[in-house]
Amino acid sequence: MDMKTLYLVVPLAPLFGAIVAGLFGRWVGRTGAHVVTIGGVAVSLIASVLVFQDVLAGHTFNGTVYTWMALGDLRFEIGFLIDPLSAMMMLVVTFVSLMVHVYTIGYMHDDPGYQRFFSYISLFTFSMLMLVMSNNFLQLFFGWEAVGLVSYLLIGFWYTKETAIYANLKAFLVNRVGDFGFILGIGLVLAYFGSLDYATVFAKAPALANETITIWPDTPWMLMTVIALLLFVGAMGKSAQFPLHVWLPDSMEGPTPISALIHAATMVTAGIFMVARMSPLYELSDVALSTVMVIGAITALFMGFLGIVQNDIKRVVAYSTLSQLGYMTVALGASAYSVAVFHLMTHAFFKALLFLAAGSVIIAMHHNQDIRHMGGLRKYMPITWITSLIGSLALIGTPFLSGFYSKETIIEAVRISHLPVAEIAYWAVLIGVFVTAFYSFRMYFLVFHGKERFRNAHHDHGHDDHHGHGHDAEPHETPWVVTGPLLALALPSLAIGYMTIEPMLFGDYFGNAIYVADRHPVMHELNQHFHGAVAMGLHAVATLPFWLAVAGVGLAAFFYLRRPDIPAALRTRFAFVYSLLVNKYWFDELYSAVFAKGARLLGAGLWRGGDQAIIDGAVNGAAGLVARAARMLKAFQSGYIYHYAFAMLIGVFALVTWFARLN
Amino acid sequence: MNAHILSLVVWIPIVAGVLVLATGSDRNAALARWLALAGALLGLIVALPLATGFDTGTSAMQFVEKAAWIPAFNVHYHLGVDGISMPLVLLNSFTTVLVVIAGWQVIQDRVAQYMAAFLIMSGLINGAFAALDGILFYVFFEGMLIPLYLIVGVWGGPNRVYAAFKFFLYTLAGSLLMLVAFIYLYYQAGGSFDIQTWHRTSLGMTAQTLMFLAFLLAFGVKVPMWPVHTWLPDAHVEAPTGGSVVLAAITLKVGAYGFLRFMLPIVPDASRELAWLVIALSLIAVAYIGLVALVQSDMKKLIAYSSIAHMGFVTLGFFLFNELGWEGGLVQMVSHGFVSAALFLCIGVMYDRLHSRQIRDYGGLVNRMPVFAAFFMLFAMANAGLPATSGFVGEFMVIMAAAQVNFWYAFVAATTLIFGAAYTLWMYKRVVFGTITNPKVETLTDLNGREWLLMVVLALCVLGLGLYPKPLTDIMHVSVVDLLAHVAQTKLP
Repeated sequence: MDMKTLYLVVPLAPLFGAIVAGLFGRWVGRTGAHVVTIGGVAVSLIASVLVFQDVLAGHTFNGTVYTWMALGDLRFEIGFLIDPLSAMMMLVVTFVSLMVHVYTIGYMHDDPGYQRFFSYISLFTFSMLMLVMSNNFLQLFFGWEAVGLVSYLLIGFWYTKETAIYANLKAFLVNRVGDFGFILGIGLVLAYFGSLDYATVFAKAPALANETITIWPDTPWMLMTVIALLLFVGAMGKSAQFPLHVWLPDSMEGPTPISALIHAATMVTAGIFMVARMSPLYELSDVALSTVMVIGAITALFMGFLGIVQNDIKRVVAYSTLSQLGYMTVALGASAYSVAVFHLMTHAFFKALLFLAAGSVIIAMHHNQDIRHMGGLRKYMPITWITSLIGSLALIGTPFLSGFYSKETIIEAVRISHLPVAEIAYWAVLIGVFVTAFYSFRMYFLVFHGKERFRNAHHDHGHDDHHGHGHDAEPHETPWVVTGPLLALALPSLAIGYMTIEPMLFGDYFGNAIYVADRHPVMHELNQHFHGAVAMGLHAVATLPFWLAVAGVGLAAFFYLRRPDIPAALRTRFAFVYSLLVNKYWFDELYSAVFAKGARLLGAGLWRGGDQAIIDGAVNGAAGLVARAARMLKAFQSGYIYHYAFAMLIGVFALVTWFARLN
Repeated sequence: MNAHILSLVVWIPIVAGVLVLATGSDRNAALARWLALAGALLGLIVALPLATGFDTGTSAMQFVEKAAWIPAFNVHYHLGVDGISMPLVLLNSFTTVLVVIAGWQVIQDRVAQYMAAFLIMSGLINGAFAALDGILFYVFFEGMLIPLYLIVGVWGGPNRVYAAFKFFLYTLAGSLLMLVAFIYLYYQAGGSFDIQTWHRTSLGMTAQTLMFLAFLLAFGVKVPMWPVHTWLPDAHVEAPTGGSVVLAAITLKVGAYGFLRFMLPIVPDASRELAWLVIALSLIAVAYIGLVALVQSDMKKLIAYSSIAHMGFVTLGFFLFNELGWEGGLVQMVSHGFVSAALFLCIGVMYDRLHSRQIRDYGGLVNRMPVFAAFFMLFAMANAGLPATSGFVGEFMVIMAAAQVNFWYAFVAATTLIFGAAYTLWMYKRVVFGTITNPKVETLTDLNGREWLLMVVLALCVLGLGLYPKPLTDIMHVSVVDLLAHVAQTKLP
């Protein structure tokens, strides 16, 4: 099999599974559906590994699969760019997807929409692969929207649940706001570069570095800044960056496996991937990079704060995802694209792990997601407990674990970045370390340690409560299809950072896939401080982030294991702050009042005022006038169609005479 | 040679329609239906050679037929198609088959007359797309209104007379001015009604401007463009399902086609001079109508408004004067034919069961009609312009084309990404998702075989055009390029 066929197999195998499970679900049955989809993704993973090995051997590919549309020389194509960046993404996507597929057998065991769910997640895998493998902006947009569609379908998977179908609409529309900017960015790319092909555009970019565009009279903007910012608006939507972050927490209404796959590990990182892919464009605009960094810093810190007050196990992890996406975005702003992608990868493993572990806890708790009603679960669920601990430790940046290498490097990159905004961003990501450690271990302690509070838990909070188990039995460890993926994800959460930091960040793994301008020598400077993964881990104890993380964990332990009265007292003492956080800074209320209500008011006003009152008023007035004239003309002729014919004749005569006189 | 293919395409549906009419009363309803289906299928089959035998390498008219008709005024029976009109003829012939099937069980009253009206209208519309003589075009253009007027007025809803009257009044006002323009052109072209001769006739700026306004009104009403659009929601609401399908899928396209066949090539200087006006009206259609669609409580009205917004892309694309814009507008026309037909059929499926078009009467449909819900989702997403559906292609091309001309054109046009998704998916959520609140919804049954067939065919069209639009753009490319070059030249004397 030649490589080109192999490239095709990677996305098409999951698509095949999705089609079989989706269209023929009734015939293949539940087992058939999961066998064919898991088989498809497994084939895709194997093919991705082979492709990865081929890329490591130095073989990249940039070619067309088919021509979607052609207008003369302007061609719109579907094609693949296989390079170190896409090869790595393909591995991450297919691996996490396979784990989630297997896990779903256990999690969705009793769901009537079993086949449909497998079909959707396989379709998602296909779409995400098309996105990362694309060699042009058109296909990027295809994949971009397709993953959005599947996300929409999966958030609203339980379609009778009012909160779910509200959340999916919200997710789609907020993403569409991002896509609005994104498509304008693509439009400018096509207008100025005459192509949507990455290679052509990137090759031409330096020549257009000083091109300006007049968006507003008398204020020329740098073309690259405008393009980069517009594309970044798309990334803000997809990767849930402030202020388009509001959809991600609500997306937790969907089943947990997709929270892990789509809303943590892969889809939400598409924006990060995209900016990294576009590094030859972003490198040409410091304004754009600074904006990216500020947005990322705001997201990293302020979304982290919100994680502190959440009581829904999935929402804590969701805010942590938002905050981590902020970290990646900050890294992009610092021109440390490879570091952002590196964090994307480590985060994919440990965050998928944390979500799936949360799902395992949710199964054991009979779909009660409130962490105040948990506690002491480590005794009953040893595998879930250990893997959660690994995931949490990786997240907060414990030395030698995967998250440590990526996050520590981000902080360092921001510290040495020369952008004027880097100083603020540095403090944001630094404080963020403490916040991350605090909310992560607040959740960890409340769930796995302390008193067992689940026995008299209320079940009024029962999200997705479609299980018919009795509530009296002791909680017990989940079946192997659930714990297996946890263990499989725990391994890379532990070791992937240690193993890959050297080649990915300081070796030549990425090669030409990522471009950094000479005036942004962040990676170069980082390299001078790097003396191997072991040294970096050992050196950590001498750094501030390490002690901030320790402080966060310590404070969480003190508050939630020793003195639960203190957080309770703080909550009443600082009621406003608590209310600010619990209401998520009132963004939902603001957007709902201004945009959702505003659009409807405006629409109603235009309809009743514009269409009905003014336009129809004039038309009906004219019609009334015609009717009155018709009544008068009745004396001459009968049958009202003829009245028009008569009027027509006169009109024709009059106008022809007038036209004739003009010449 | 391709002898008389276009004549067959025009006249077979009309003759079939007359035959169906001859079956008379509803006692022969079954015969009328089968005869109508045979006529529609035959009409589609004879149109297929237009595609298979089409030469994509030339912009010259193909399958040309010419015979004297009214020698005294030099009027000819002159037919021919190029890459711009050929896809529209096929779209129309295809849609006719759909509406005959769609009306199969739904129409029980005056079946023969109903089917005949659609067949005759189909032939007349093909005539309008294929006519190369001004008077011949005018006859077809006006003639097709009569069956449509009857369809709304006879098989329509309670307020059908008002809707039909409004529709008639609007279109009449425009057509009248167009006829005046035609007569003026006849004299200027030295006594010819030949459209291609008109393309070469030089005209002064004042005359061009006046004719521009006449054409703008004549075709703008049909498209319809803001602010002469208010007949469309009323007509749709009152029309039976088949009427809405043809109205949205085909009739609106005749207006847009008029811009390319008449306005732009005949008065190019005025068109360039006043492009800002059409662009402004088109952008208003996209944004203003998008917001108006958001607040509709009647599903048919909502889709009708959405049609206006989508047709805004067509007119916007045409007045950007570049290949991407023109071909994007044309692709949007074909795509809107599929998507709006599918959405009106979806609403018809619901209406046949519950006899309501109000969103609030539905909710939780997916619980009872999952297969329908899946198709409806596909078409809703196509309406929202999701890539891989046909709805994306035209919008994408026009937005790209707009970005080449003026950033702000693209900016306003791209708001459709938000508005289109908002009104379509919000409606979908309220109708399909959720728990069942109306007990009548509890009794609904999923698609029957006939409905399923229609949905599958349209789904394949929507996905096919979305995944591989190249064959369509290949057909139109050379015609568009040459016409664009023609429009770029001044016709001032």
